[in-house]
Amino acid sequence: MIANQFEYVAAKNLDEALSLLAKHKDNAKLLAGGHSLIPSLKLRLAQPQLLIDISRIKDLSYIKEEGGQIRIGAMTTHYLLESSALLKKICPLLPETATNLGDIQVRNRGTIGGSLAHSDPAADWPAAIIALSGEMVAAGPKGGRSISADKFFVDLLTTELQPGEILQEIRITPAKGKVGQAYMKVRHPASGFAMVGIAVNLVLDGAGKCQSAGVGVTGVAAKAYRASEVENALKGATLDAKTIAAAAAHAADGVEINSDLAASADYRKQLATVYTRRAIEVAVGRAK
Amino acid sequence: MAEKYVGKRVKRTEDPRLIQGLGHYVDDIKLPDTLHAVFVRSIYGHARIKSIDTSAAAKAPGVVGVYTGKDIVAAKIGPVPCAAAIPDLKTPDYRVLATGKALFVGHPIAVVVATSRYAAKDAADLVQVEYDELPAVIDLEKAAAGGPVVHEQFGTNVAYKLTAGEGDVEAAFKGSDKVIKQRLVHQRLVPLAMEPRGVLARYYPGEQELTLWTSTQIPHLCRTQVAVMLGVHENKVRLITPEVGGGFGSKLNVYAEEALLGWLSMQTGKPVKWIETRRENMQATIHGRAQTGYVEIGFKKDGTLTGLRYNVFADMGAYFQLLTPAIPTLTGLMLSGCYKIPAIQINVTGVFTNKMSTDAYRGAGRPEATYVVERALDLVAADLGKDPVEVRRKNFPAPNEFPFKTATGLFYDTGNYEGALAKALNIVGYTKLREEQAKARKEGRFFGIGVSTYVEICALGPSQAMPAGGWESATVRVEPTGAVTVLTGSSPHGQGQETSFAQIAADHLGVDLNAVTVIHGDTSIVQYGIGTFGSRATAVGGTAVYYALEKLKEKATKMAAHVLEADATKITFAGGKFTAPNGKSTTIQEIALGAHVAKTLPPDMEPGLSATYFFEPKNFTFPFGTHIAVVEIDRETGEIQFKRYVAVDDCGKVINPLLVDGQVHGGIVQALGQAMYEEAVYDDQGQLLTGTLMDYAIPKAEMVPHMELDRTETPTDVNPMGVKGVGEAGTIGATPAIVAALVDAMAPLGIRHLDMPVKPEHLWRIIQQSQKKPA
Repeated sequence: MIANQFEYVAAKNLDEALSLLAKHKDNAKLLAGGHSLIPSLKLRLAQPQLLIDISRIKDLSYIKEEGGQIRIGAMTTHYLLESSALLKKICPLLPETATNLGDIQVRNRGTIGGSLAHSDPAADWPAAIIALSGEMVAAGPKGGRSISADKFFVDLLTTELQPGEILQEIRITPAKGKVGQAYMKVRHPASGFAMVGIAVNLVLDGAGKCQSAGVGVTGVAAKAYRASEVENALKGATLDAKTIAAAAAHAADGVEINSDLAASADYRKQLATVYTRRAIEVAVGRAK
Repeated sequence: MAEKYVGKRVKRTEDPRLIQGLGHYVDDIKLPDTLHAVFVRSIYGHARIKSIDTSAAAKAPGVVGVYTGKDIVAAKIGPVPCAAAIPDLKTPDYRVLATGKALFVGHPIAVVVATSRYAAKDAADLVQVEYDELPAVIDLEKAAAGGPVVHEQFGTNVAYKLTAGEGDVEAAFKGSDKVIKQRLVHQRLVPLAMEPRGVLARYYPGEQELTLWTSTQIPHLCRTQVAVMLGVHENKVRLITPEVGGGFGSKLNVYAEEALLGWLSMQTGKPVKWIETRRENMQATIHGRAQTGYVEIGFKKDGTLTGLRYNVFADMGAYFQLLTPAIPTLTGLMLSGCYKIPAIQINVTGVFTNKMSTDAYRGAGRPEATYVVERALDLVAADLGKDPVEVRRKNFPAPNEFPFKTATGLFYDTGNYEGALAKALNIVGYTKLREEQAKARKEGRFFGIGVSTYVEICALGPSQAMPAGGWESATVRVEPTGAVTVLTGSSPHGQGQETSFAQIAADHLGVDLNAVTVIHGDTSIVQYGIGTFGSRATAVGGTAVYYALEKLKEKATKMAAHVLEADATKITFAGGKFTAPNGKSTTIQEIALGAHVAKTLPPDMEPGLSATYFFEPKNFTFPFGTHIAVVEIDRETGEIQFKRYVAVDDCGKVINPLLVDGQVHGGIVQALGQAMYEEAVYDDQGQLLTGTLMDYAIPKAEMVPHMELDRTETPTDVNPMGVKGVGEAGTIGATPAIVAALVDAMAPLGIRHLDMPVKPEHLWRIIQQSQKKPA
């Protein structure tokens, strides 16, 4: 790595990180797992003067159940999410998403908060968090605030987080009832990021009708998004093959679809449609 | 010779240190006061350099010097060498830094030397280069036809034209029942050795000695060329290759940076180091393949082949590296495949483009040939409605027809093509598999079986046929303690010669494997050698070791006879022990000690116990085999799933099956890369669009099918151990098998050929199109 010269501070706690950020503003970058930031530093695409390492803040790494919610510290590694017995039981979509993310080395260092705050258009977590209607708790100079998943992802590499704010916690209210979840992904052959990633979170009623549906899509557009038309087509319906297929056809409705060397827009749309259908089918199969 | 080690799955003795991170690659060599070099490279594919302002960089902290093309011209540093001997070749003057024009993205324009790598990089960012961008020459066939030229002095982009082959192809085509023509693209690939290139240069002004640590496959040849480029005495240049983390041909070369770093150390009087970044590695280390050709194949109704012609445009890139224009000639040599084809012709047009030079990449011209022949055979089979296996069998030479002469001028040493094919078909269960396929097709599934029967040319090679000598050297010593030292000119870069050559020596001398140390890659220690490439190390370098051992044993036997007071012809040698007819014996270790103490030598015998042998092979060797790929394609997404992968390779006698398996595994993975994933894409302006590992897809473990490997063993008669070589078999045999399987899967839609890399999107489009057509 031949990065430009920078100062490095390992913040001991969130307050220290916040005050450093307040002081150095745009000249500082927060370092979490570093899997996006360090490649940028290597290529000198990012040239910060200060790196504030928040990955060592122990208080930001946890998975717990509190107040009927799952609370995940922003610096919790993908590996901890992947291997959490609690999550496997009450929100298996999160471990399944983690398993699909990067490789073992990446999962051992990378963090859910780092990924979400970066808002990479092909990252896996945003799709899952949207499907689960998670809330992002941001700490800032003026205190904390909660941001819904639908508002959090603003654009390519842009979130609702304001200068000086740090993503502190992710909160998810686990669905009750016959819950079926699934994350399916087509990996980019070079980067391993999602060419298409589909997260599905369904609740069925006793008769098998869809009570609620959350469908998050990543890799397809400039940012991860909620496939609202798909969700609308599922809600209240009996999820037979025909209904699912018809719903999945809306997976890329209303978005400008990415096109690159790996996949044209047409093909991405096809992948999004097919994998949305497959992910819903898997989720329905799992609902109990 | 009892075979205690040869033929066994002996674990690599190199691995403990490498796995523990205890090996020393170039970057691990640390010298005090080392300066660091960072290059300023062209950001354009084709541009006139109007000016270079180095003043800000020169003043930056830690900077010792900034050098440009003007400096290296003034210093009279010679051009980057090309060893290819081709008639009427237009050879551009390839300076170690650009002078006047930048001809490819990554072309070095200036170099900054500073006290740290970071300071050098900071300063490099301050070098101001003013460019006039020129139209880039990218498309091969257009470039050959006219338009803007890469090298103004030539007035054309055609570097050379060459025709080769024997027999009257036109007449053969006239006498055929049919001739099929197909355009084939062998896309440009990036070799991507795990360890990028790197050079550490240290000049001692007093002794006038230059030592270069560099990551190369050819230490001695590189030393010679660097000495010539720098105009210094060759014996004042010492070249050391520590661990080399892969090469795949990309380090079978002499690069601008190797000579330049030497010069920078001479200029500054301090050690200077440069370690290539991955981005530089992708832009400015040689690329492979990059041919676009048209194959024509003539045949009779019964499948008998009559003639083959291949008109090919070969992408040279902007300049020639060591063997750039010679690579397509290897394609020409191997166009007969493992078939009887009475008339063969290749017409090569070498074309300059504004891209990195091409050169040897694992297989080097032979994967292209095999792909051409195998694709052509499949087209013949499809046209005749015959099974691809049947058409292959129809044209195989029988085992008793060897040495088999091809219409490309080669004599294949030994072969049993039917043997390897039959074994592979048996393993995969071919008949049942075709039934399964028929059933799958009825269900509307896309299920494909691809068979490739290949032959390759290894053990490069007889010096007559090589640009810079094709022999190899070995010295074997038994030290006073009985420790055995093997010095080989075949410096490995991952192949495992430290293990395999030790196996040969240990068996030969009846000693423990751990008594043998194999030394390589230091031109001041090892006698002149050629290097490791062209699947030659075991068959040529190993044979040199074999003959050196024979020589040594002959001397040791004479000594033993003297000590045991017996006739040398009556001495038997087994298990490290020389035994006389009367039962008295002595060991090789005792003989070694005696040879060094030198008190009881026979009259006229030199003290010491060592032997050197330079082995000149009389022919190449021709390993062969059959690869079978079985795939199924997702009809909704075009995604590809491997169901089976079977490879039966015949590389003659095997020294270490574990190493052979490793070579085959790695080769198949790289073949998979070419067949389905990899492509160095330049846009119309010459920008490398796949310049990072985020864009350039190489197969990861999860993308690799389970490989079922097996072997047949047909020894060669070219060398006494019967070994042929296996380093490139995978890239040669597997690529056509995989593409054939994909084509076969799509065959119900009328598909007969697909260009590489075959991507799911393309397959999906074909399926989509077929569904739009009226039934």
